[in-house]
Amino acid sequence: MVKSGTIILNTAARLLMPLQLLFSVFLLLRGHDEPGGGFIAGLVAAGAFILYLFAFGVTATKEVLRMVDPRDLIGMGLLLGTLSILPAWFVGEPFFTAQWWEIPGIDFKASTPLIFDIGVYLAVLGTLLAVIMTLMEVDKDEP
Amino acid sequence: MRPEVALPVIIPLLCGAVSLLFWRSRPMQRFIAVAGTLALLVVGLWLITSVSREGYVVIHMGSWQAPYGISLVADMLSAIMILLTGIIGLGLAIYSLASTSTQHEKFGFYPLMHLLLAGVAGAFLTGDIFNLYVWFEVMLVASFALLILGGEKAQMEGAIKYVTLNLLASVIFLTAIGLVYGMVGTLNMADIGQRLAEAENQGMVEVLAIMFMIAFGIKAAAFPLFFWLPASYHTPAVAVSALFAGLLTKVGVYSLFRVFTLMFDQTMPYVQDILLWGAAFTMVTGVLGAAAQYEFRRILSFHIVSQIGYMILGLALFTPLALAGGIFAVMHNIIVKTNLFLISGITNRLQGTYQLKKMGGLFKERPWLSVAFFLSAFSLAGIPPLSGFFAKFVIVRAGIEAEAYVVTAVALAVGLMTLYSMVKIWNEVFWKSLPEDNLVPESSTPSGDEGRLVKSSLGLMYLPVAILALFAVLIGVFAQPLMEMMLMAGEQLMDPQGYMDAVLGEERTVLLRDALEVSP
Repeated sequence: MVKSGTIILNTAARLLMPLQLLFSVFLLLRGHDEPGGGFIAGLVAAGAFILYLFAFGVTATKEVLRMVDPRDLIGMGLLLGTLSILPAWFVGEPFFTAQWWEIPGIDFKASTPLIFDIGVYLAVLGTLLAVIMTLMEVDKDEP
Repeated sequence: MRPEVALPVIIPLLCGAVSLLFWRSRPMQRFIAVAGTLALLVVGLWLITSVSREGYVVIHMGSWQAPYGISLVADMLSAIMILLTGIIGLGLAIYSLASTSTQHEKFGFYPLMHLLLAGVAGAFLTGDIFNLYVWFEVMLVASFALLILGGEKAQMEGAIKYVTLNLLASVIFLTAIGLVYGMVGTLNMADIGQRLAEAENQGMVEVLAIMFMIAFGIKAAAFPLFFWLPASYHTPAVAVSALFAGLLTKVGVYSLFRVFTLMFDQTMPYVQDILLWGAAFTMVTGVLGAAAQYEFRRILSFHIVSQIGYMILGLALFTPLALAGGIFAVMHNIIVKTNLFLISGITNRLQGTYQLKKMGGLFKERPWLSVAFFLSAFSLAGIPPLSGFFAKFVIVRAGIEAEAYVVTAVALAVGLMTLYSMVKIWNEVFWKSLPEDNLVPESSTPSGDEGRLVKSSLGLMYLPVAILALFAVLIGVFAQPLMEMMLMAGEQLMDPQGYMDAVLGEERTVLLRDALEVSP
């Protein structure tokens, strides 16, 4: 296990994590027309948790994640990604055709590409967390 | 909007995601496995009725028209393959309820199985060459994880050969795609087919043809790059080997059929020669390799290689009849070979080994299992009136019509050698009495509650075996109507213009032809 680090790392991790997570959401929502999107946002979010993990170890990170297992994230992400294919079917267009819905009041457009992006986000986040946590746990088992 | 073309891909993807979400609940995963593959089978039937009515069914994903978007296309060949995928998927899902250990289930056997089926179905349906590569990779990732499920040493050894050779094939495949795109600027297979025929640099086209041939040849386990298959297929859990044996190599064969009818016409003489002799060597090496083996699943693995030869022979002869025979061989082989692997799993459950020398006496003990094996094995060897006979008969007849006497003679001789191997298994496993030194594992004869449990789980394993054995007979009985379907598929393959028109739209095809005629 990585020595739960120096005071600089610990403080920085605690401060950076919320910022990084916010930034990842920003990237996710910005993604459709400008640089960004689900994949890169998922990487940034995973970066936040991994930094926390390096600073405080696996057990503390699992507490931060509460009951959410990385595998649930992967499954949820894949499910959202696949479900985003289907709405086009119900309006009689070929699968994957983008559907846009204006949400009145706030100036925000919901769409199937956004659902797909959220799916990618969760799947990337889940995969990276699963890999890193497994590696860290193997590390812990050794003397 | 034709949902039935895309649903064979979407259903397994959706089932895989849901089943991953329920990774804590074993009953739920098992339920989804059966329900999902059943849905796949139903969609397969739907697709084949549409295709036999209309010839081609096309859907342009995301409403991006061909050749810019990705199109999913089903002709008769694709529809047949999808239906077979559904049959095998359902059979295996039921079988694995009993055969897969709890530990494998915990490591994600079912989500991986769905992912593999999605990859296979995607490869059968896509009309885009790069998309085909992606589905190959989906399959490779899923199959690699399934192959090492359990993590024994033999599995690792097999998996390394498997992955290395398959990655090599992928690299060659990807390079070839890059070169094609550089030459003609499109990835849609129908569009490529039109443009390659008009290309100035025909030398380059020949090089590309060979690259695709090598890439798919490795994936299909054709001579000389087949050795990864017998090295790896006997190592994983038996449901996994059955799934691989039934479907994976056939995707390579399917791709050969697709690419060498649609993208490259066989006017290049030596391309056809290479295919022809490759097919002959594949048949012979496979069957000779099997003759030397005494492990149940290894014998079957070598026979996969040998049977691949027949299918490629059908392609190499390149007449509608030969193509139909090749597709018939694919169909027959998927059903029969999967069944033989499933039977090997049951005998292993009963006697605790795959070594022929240590087995025996099953004919007296399990007569119905013996009948199922007998039907499948002798169908594989091509004994009338079982399914294998008609596959072989059609190919041999097409071979004689095409005056390829030597290769046809090889095909007949290989049939005889196949019979030898099958009789060997029959004698050792079913006919001779059980050798005394084999200690039958206790799990096969427990008493009380556990005994009933094992009995009911054996019943689940028998069910798909019985149904597939029945198929082997029924294919023989209904050979005539089936052959008509195969002939339709063969004629569609011989005349790629229909496929191109269906994908690109007739107007555009004509426009492009005019433009190409004017421009030089």
